[in-house]
Amino acid sequence: MAKIHVTTTINGEESEFLCESQQTMLDVLRDELGLTGSKEGCGSGDCGACSIIVDGNVVCSCLMFGAEAAGADIMTIEGMAQGDKLHPLQQKFLEHAALQCGFCTPGVLVASKALLDHNPNPTEEQARYWLAGNLCRCTGYDKIIEAVMDAAAEMRGETV
Amino acid sequence: MNYLGKGVELKVVGTRPIRPDGVDKVIGRAAFGADFAVAGMIHGKVVRSPHAHARIKSIDTSKAEALKGVKAVITAADLPEIASESAFVGEGPVNFRDLSLNTLARDKVLYDGHAVAAIAAISPSIAEEAARLVEVEYEVLPHVIDVEAAMADDAPILHDDLFTAGVDPKPTKASNIAKRVEFKLGDAKAAFAKADVIIEGRYVTQPVHQAYIEPHACVVSMTTDGQAQIWCSSQGQFMVRAFCAKLLGMDIADIRVTPLEIGGGFGGKTLVYLEPLALALSRKSGRPVKMVMSREEVFRGSGPTSGGVINVKLGATNNGRIVAAECEVLLQAGAFPGSPVGPACMTPFAMYDLSDVSIWGYDVVSNRPKVAAYRAPGAPISTFAVESAVDELAKKLGMDPLELRFINAAKDGTKAAYGPTLKNIGYVETLEALKSSEHWKSDLGAAPKGKRRGRGLASGFWFNIGGESSGATYVNEDGTVTVVSGNPDIGGSRASMAMMAAEVLGIGVDQVRPIVGDTSSVGYSFLTGGSRVTFATGMAVTQAAEQARDDLCKRAALLWEIDADAVEWRDGMAHPAGDNAGKFEPMSLADIAAKSGRTGGPITGKASINAQGAGPGYATHLCDVEVDEETGHVTVLRYTAIQDVGKAIHPAYVEGQLQGGAVQGIGWALNEEYIYNDKGQLENPGFLDYRVPVASDLPMIETILVEVPNPRHPFGAKGVGEAPIVPPMAAVANAIDSAIGLRMHSLPMSPPKVRAALDAGKG
Repeated sequence: MAKIHVTTTINGEESEFLCESQQTMLDVLRDELGLTGSKEGCGSGDCGACSIIVDGNVVCSCLMFGAEAAGADIMTIEGMAQGDKLHPLQQKFLEHAALQCGFCTPGVLVASKALLDHNPNPTEEQARYWLAGNLCRCTGYDKIIEAVMDAAAEMRGETV
Repeated sequence: MNYLGKGVELKVVGTRPIRPDGVDKVIGRAAFGADFAVAGMIHGKVVRSPHAHARIKSIDTSKAEALKGVKAVITAADLPEIASESAFVGEGPVNFRDLSLNTLARDKVLYDGHAVAAIAAISPSIAEEAARLVEVEYEVLPHVIDVEAAMADDAPILHDDLFTAGVDPKPTKASNIAKRVEFKLGDAKAAFAKADVIIEGRYVTQPVHQAYIEPHACVVSMTTDGQAQIWCSSQGQFMVRAFCAKLLGMDIADIRVTPLEIGGGFGGKTLVYLEPLALALSRKSGRPVKMVMSREEVFRGSGPTSGGVINVKLGATNNGRIVAAECEVLLQAGAFPGSPVGPACMTPFAMYDLSDVSIWGYDVVSNRPKVAAYRAPGAPISTFAVESAVDELAKKLGMDPLELRFINAAKDGTKAAYGPTLKNIGYVETLEALKSSEHWKSDLGAAPKGKRRGRGLASGFWFNIGGESSGATYVNEDGTVTVVSGNPDIGGSRASMAMMAAEVLGIGVDQVRPIVGDTSSVGYSFLTGGSRVTFATGMAVTQAAEQARDDLCKRAALLWEIDADAVEWRDGMAHPAGDNAGKFEPMSLADIAAKSGRTGGPITGKASINAQGAGPGYATHLCDVEVDEETGHVTVLRYTAIQDVGKAIHPAYVEGQLQGGAVQGIGWALNEEYIYNDKGQLENPGFLDYRVPVASDLPMIETILVEVPNPRHPFGAKGVGEAPIVPPMAAVANAIDSAIGLRMHSLPMSPPKVRAALDAGKG
């Protein structure tokens, strides 16, 4: 079967790839483009470890076909830091020990960035509901929520 | 050496530096099991049984082999038959024959999801297609899922050669009961006569999966000279090496295992599933083979922990002294013997100073996946029952449940029912911390209309272990230091290894780079489990750093041309020990390292030890809930986890262990269970229907670290990872009882069950 040629933008760079019609965006990122930061925890959209931002919306890349990326603007975990400067969320996750095994971390960070892009001043409850689609089995979410709230405050220019 | 004495000022241990592997993990660069690849790699896929119990009449792989792109197909015929042989590895005994039969079924399949064949092909999709072409002819047999049904006389028998061990006389009829164990102190039966009040109850728990977010994954490359390399995510590279050598009939020296980052394990990655298959496929195909489980395969084919039935009887005098205790524990082992029935029996009374206790249990096979260790294996199951019963006892005595625990609490010198006399324990300290906590003193607040609130507490115990560990310290020529240890870092142990080495050497933690070695680059280390790594491997790393430090002093002595005894190490520098030693400017680690070539060559330290004296962990949890009377839904409003941690090396990661363990326990209490249909097939093998707690289910998890140092560890550390999953189920149940006046005896305490209890007016 002929492969599909897709042109898209990933982490600010124009990107081209060939994919099969049934290939998910997660498979494309990991297997075709070598972007293995997005993880497969379930393949069914339940765990959020493969979260990416597509045209401003957080998406489980395991639920999206690679072919659907045509013309889209996509951010993955690999695009979150700017050069050698970590995104405030990444820095706060480190400072708050908001990761243990680190497997869910890329998806949680991407989803958290989407949250703060939409709502720079979330309540704890809003953060918890926004991140309800990102499973973490290690931390009990406590330090993740702390880190997100702290990053949000810093990005608003407040010091905690 | 011990760093616990008065006047020892710790500069690194007890602080909260950023973990050394952190940046890699927040930028998506850390390589987990499925992220690894090698050139020429092909892809493996497992063929699994759709039946709970069936005889394999034949397997025809010819159509699969004929499919274009398929490079190898294996069945049990490609693995050596292994005789029954038990070894104590991981957190429990493993029989290598059973492990082999669990990896690939030979004559019978014993559960839905049991592996029967494996394929390697040039793409995952071809491997999947080939898997569908493997024709297995089954003779379906009657199956049994639940533990009490499996113990019945007329139950379908899983193994014709399994006879109950630990009973007298030795049985002559095969049984699903693999063994009976018993622990006794005094004479419980007679002691019940002294009791004013007696409580009895039957409690039921369901199997729960460790539910690490990273599915099992590996890459294996075997060459024609019989040498193999394995890159995988596991809780022990040496465990993978040993099991694979055994299952494939290889020499240990021919297998090199490189640990990749591990995306959670909680005990579930202390066995092998894919690695032996990938080895056999690589050997047969001559190509490196990658295998990754789907989430459904993780649920159907890898270990949950046991479900069980627990009968508890407690007797106390009117003044609150528990005078007699009995407990019976029936645990599901899954398809092969090996439930954690031993620890389940040894732990639930270890919080109490009792003179007359009897506890016995049964290890029972049924047509479910073989259980694997899960965080304090066995203890949460029996402790749910005992700590619920203690709460019932308090109610019947009209006594505060905290007061009842103070009256009966185990202290230093208490002889535990399972044998040892307890030393350096901090159980009472956890109760005191709870009593003085803001949470305990706070008001529950008024519940909204249609809801009721309650508060419950429960305690728990876990042994913690030591064991064989290796560590090495290499002083680099610029004065930085590399620390190599033999344990996969599952929750931040590289940080604690670096911190302990930095403390010994008197340098900043940023000067130390810790790595986890492969099986050929560091001495043997028992796997990451039993809450042992910071204790045992930390001890090895500390000793390795001390050797390097002592060598640094010797090198300084050589450079100064004085006796080595006349040099002391302070703040990362060699100093003359006193005025008599001579007047020299202190020499830094970097100064000495730069001149190591002139003083005898590279400066290193290595320690391989069998660490003894792990201090047990005690945890006490406090939980506030709100129960919705209409739906039966339980919301955890507030939660505090208190634990004696010995000494927190990196307090943030210790808190993280308490929080994570508590939340896994909340999931066990309220949501998680395996659901089987009448054919014995698992109906909820996915995160949508097997519901682990999500962020919006929970409040912040408050923690209080109690530090009663363990004198057997250089910095006083005790294992911390497992004890926090022991109390939550009873803490939640006790809170529910406090809210609605009904005792929930069966987990999970999901909305339908709570609603049914409300309707019936009883739990």
